[in-house]
Amino acid sequence: MRRLFQFHGGVQLKEHKKEAMTQPVQAAHLPKQLVLPLQQHIGAPAEAVVAVGDKVLKGQLIARPGSTVSAPVHASSSGTVIAIAGHPVSHPSHLNAPCVIIDTDGEERWHPDRHPVADYHKLPPEKIREHIRDAGIVGMGGAGFPAHIKLNAGNRVVDTLILNGAECEPYITCDEMLLRERALEVIVGLRIMRYALQAKRCIIGIENNKAAAFRALQEQVRNTGADFIDVIQVPTVYPTGGEKQLIRVLTGKEVPAKGLPLDIGVVCHNVGTAYAVYRAVELGEPLISRYVTIAGSVAHARNLDVLIGTPIIDLIEECGGNRKTLSRVILGGPMMGTALHDVTAPVTKTTNCILVNSTVGDVPLPSRDKHVMPCIRCGNCAVACPVDLLPQQLYWYARAKDFDKVQDYHLFDCIECGCCDYVCPSQIPLVHYFRYAKTEIWAQQHEKTLADIARERHQFREQRLERDKREKQERHKKKRAALKPPGNAVSKEEEAKKAAIQAALDRAKAKRENQQTEPKNTQDLTPEQQQKIDEANARRAKSNNPLINSALDTQNVQQDKHS
Amino acid sequence: MNLATPSSPHIHSGIHITGMMARVCLALVPAIIAYTWFFGWGLCINILIAVATALCAEALMLRIRRRPIAPFLTDGSAILTGLLLAFCLPPFSPWWITVLGTAFAIIVAKQLYGGLGYNPFNPAMVGYVMLLISFPLEMTQWVPPNIANQLEIGFLDTLTIIFTGSFPYFLSIDALSMATPLDAVKTELGLNLTVSEIIQSNAIFGDFGGVGWEWVGNWILLGGVWLIYKRIITWHIPLAVMGSLFVISFFFFMLDPDTYASPMFHLFSGATLLAAFFIATDPVSASTTPRGRIFYGIGIGLFIYIIRTWGSYPDGVAFAVLLMNMAAPTIDYYTQPRVFGYINTDKNDGKKQSPESDTKDNI
Repeated sequence: MRRLFQFHGGVQLKEHKKEAMTQPVQAAHLPKQLVLPLQQHIGAPAEAVVAVGDKVLKGQLIARPGSTVSAPVHASSSGTVIAIAGHPVSHPSHLNAPCVIIDTDGEERWHPDRHPVADYHKLPPEKIREHIRDAGIVGMGGAGFPAHIKLNAGNRVVDTLILNGAECEPYITCDEMLLRERALEVIVGLRIMRYALQAKRCIIGIENNKAAAFRALQEQVRNTGADFIDVIQVPTVYPTGGEKQLIRVLTGKEVPAKGLPLDIGVVCHNVGTAYAVYRAVELGEPLISRYVTIAGSVAHARNLDVLIGTPIIDLIEECGGNRKTLSRVILGGPMMGTALHDVTAPVTKTTNCILVNSTVGDVPLPSRDKHVMPCIRCGNCAVACPVDLLPQQLYWYARAKDFDKVQDYHLFDCIECGCCDYVCPSQIPLVHYFRYAKTEIWAQQHEKTLADIARERHQFREQRLERDKREKQERHKKKRAALKPPGNAVSKEEEAKKAAIQAALDRAKAKRENQQTEPKNTQDLTPEQQQKIDEANARRAKSNNPLINSALDTQNVQQDKHS
Repeated sequence: MNLATPSSPHIHSGIHITGMMARVCLALVPAIIAYTWFFGWGLCINILIAVATALCAEALMLRIRRRPIAPFLTDGSAILTGLLLAFCLPPFSPWWITVLGTAFAIIVAKQLYGGLGYNPFNPAMVGYVMLLISFPLEMTQWVPPNIANQLEIGFLDTLTIIFTGSFPYFLSIDALSMATPLDAVKTELGLNLTVSEIIQSNAIFGDFGGVGWEWVGNWILLGGVWLIYKRIITWHIPLAVMGSLFVISFFFFMLDPDTYASPMFHLFSGATLLAAFFIATDPVSASTTPRGRIFYGIGIGLFIYIIRTWGSYPDGVAFAVLLMNMAAPTIDYYTQPRVFGYINTDKNDGKKQSPESDTKDNI
């Protein structure tokens, strides 16, 4: 038995997993329309390479990667491109995103240009990665990071490749069903990934509530003789399926904060990604479908093999959900999923579960208490936090908008798993506060960056103007020097000018002195005042100190005002 | 079709403050019964008075502060404050002592600071200390155990005593009242008696602490352990309070058993156990980090001993708790846990980080 490790905290959740696993996985009905967002991954959005009106075939490239960190998008079925436009997608902003919309023709004709790899061992790892990139494979556990980048260790040595089959969120069973039904394919996919990474050993981590999937995997590992693969059961604690948490449990190592698993010689992929890699390499099929769990308030909760781009409402109705009584639709699990604002949004490469809530019948997700109580600092949240944060302090500072302090308490290490929220007796939406604080800080940083750029530009402009002025002066100087007659002789004309200026200055001075001795405001004075002024003038005449003179002047003026 | 789009998580464990407070109250019930058994109906009447006062004061203050009354009145925190304060008062205290202390606790120590969650000090202890300082006579009129049974002071008699101050059989509280074990030790040590002489010469001493007191202590201990089992409180504070008090009293006891009482006496006398499990664990005013709670508890244990042994009050629990309440924010600041992923790094290392680090989870 391998020694397992623990991470701090976590919570025990009711699983609700059996309902959706009673039937084998079937392909979902072909939808009338496919909506394929150009951004289904982390990184730059893909760029459409088809135009409105184009006929496309199943598996045909319709958008190429926008940059290195990006992924292409393929048509999930054959049909006609009817629009490349904004369409509702699952995003917290509720904004539309650019999508390629295809009217399906129902023929499901495959694109002829498929290239399965006969023997991947004969290709260098970078060719395999290219192949995986061209298939549009991204992390299918939910993050959607382009897989070919995560399969590139650079010059570093990968000790362990971990396949994440923990699936710790309630209701979600798509990974479990995949492992039960496609264990062999997943293992082949894993071996291809191991080859691409040149990893020493592999671990498949799976929660101990998935006995059937565990047995299926073990059997296939035995059958294929892959002794470098360990299938390991881990305790069922939420969030064991978090990448860093699973790595901790299986290897005892902690991924450094701000770091990547690769920093400790580990790479972690989802089991669904391994299956997609298998299909891409062995069958030459790009990523155009995935397993999706439809659970909650539907008549037949189940898993379906769904074409990417299928509208979510189609799947809900296929499983016996009622369009009219929907109250909340969650994409993903109840702990970390996003509530959908529009059910016409499509299934993407990262959609693992559609959790339906309805206004009638069984309501799996009760609403929170309306009244949020104040934090009583009980510390339940800190006990449950898998990252060992102090959510009660984070909340305090996030509420006070003290964004420096909230970063001191490691806000950006929060993985938003929702454990703190789940155990809070005051029912405070803690994660909501943390997201708010993160967004605010990002916005502030963005503004600061913009301000810095503006300031730099301004400074540069000032410098440039200064330089131009200087250069102009230099030029003038040179010009003047060039115009001056040799020998430095002063012309008569100039001498006369100087004399005139001197004379004008002298006149002005004399005038000023006159005014000072006899200001206009000394008329009509009382004899006393006149006497005082006379005395002062006498004193002034005695001392020629200009400071005293001016002081006396002021005195006179003030006297005048008072009188 | 209007879809709700709240922020995740979408489920909740269902735990709420009222449930937590109710369990704390429930855990006190065995101790209340034991107390009543040994010291008569006084405690029960005091509890009723205190809880009623607490609720009235809370409602009044919420109304003045224009806060919603129903959710805060039903959260159970005011009830618990009343309950704990009543538990600390002598059983035959006049009614106005209880009313005054509870009202002060709720109005001044809790609501004026902002109500539930914002009080830096434990309200019950603030109320108690105010009474102890202002009315030392009334606050030290303790009665010996079993007196109520021996004199057949029933429920109605107790009610009369508390509301009118008149005792049956022409007795008076002065005639009845007697020092608590802690009082006795404190006073008689001053008379140059040894601890063992004091204990032998007084009938109030039992095996560990005082007769009756130690039984109440046992039930408090049991209730407290149940609270830990139910995860309403964590083990950190109770263990730290009892552990530090044990260690320091053991040290001095070994040094000179004639002058210093035994560790078990300290643990089972006065309000030690009540403080360890029910008062110091008040989450609002206590330290909130796991390591911080240990330091906080150790501080309380040490202060209890210091005040009992060298201070002028026989029992220092209330002062010890309030002193450590004051220190709690500082303790919290210096006892932050090591965050996941910060290995072998200085405390200041990585404190400020770039917000660009995104969370890549495969959950």
